[in-house]
Amino acid sequence: MQYVEVREAPFDPWQYLAEWQSQHPLDARSGATAVFVGTMRDFNEGDDVTGMYLEHYPGMTERQLETLVAASVQEWSLDAALVVHRVGEIAPAQPIVLVAVWSAHRAEAFDACRHLMETLKHTAPFWKRETLTDGSVRWVDKNTPG
Amino acid sequence: MPIKVLFFASLRERIGQSQRLLESDMPLTLQEVWQRSSGESHLPGNVLMSINQTYANASSLVQPGDEVAFFPPVTGG
Repeated sequence: MQYVEVREAPFDPWQYLAEWQSQHPLDARSGATAVFVGTMRDFNEGDDVTGMYLEHYPGMTERQLETLVAASVQEWSLDAALVVHRVGEIAPAQPIVLVAVWSAHRAEAFDACRHLMETLKHTAPFWKRETLTDGSVRWVDKNTPG
Repeated sequence: MPIKVLFFASLRERIGQSQRLLESDMPLTLQEVWQRSSGESHLPGNVLMSINQTYANASSLVQPGDEVAFFPPVTGG
């Protein structure tokens, strides 16, 4: 089972997960769940950041995420995988991304979750534009190392 | 059928437009599409590109009617 959502509206990842799990009950074979939540920081490259706009390529973003999720489900024999990603205006402390995977054992769950998140950061067509305390804006030109 | 060319993020701001249509009745490489649509002869090495929403490279062939995009390194997550 796999699920991808790109959304403008803010969300609570823990509530989202609880609702998703109640709507998609997994059988007893999933012994491991790994979850990653990425949240907007209020600093970057040594500067205070007051806001962010997340641009994306509608259509290709969803396609790319679905391809990534399908590849991970296949590679690690996952029982389920979920990716939710915000776009548009984002405020500090708001969650940006939720990645969750379910598998029989923890090794596959940890590895797949990490891989999904890293590959998403390097291939899914999203671009961050930050607003600094003086009101100026700048495009983020690279990912942090990890 | 024209080729639809899209530019995103900092590249869109530099080129000064988000979209343009390129008339062509024969296949072009992405390098050629870049030159004709961006007004820049050099395709910077860090620019990413796609054909019909799938990643491609500068020598990939674009057919009339295809949707092409050029964009800077991605920074989601």
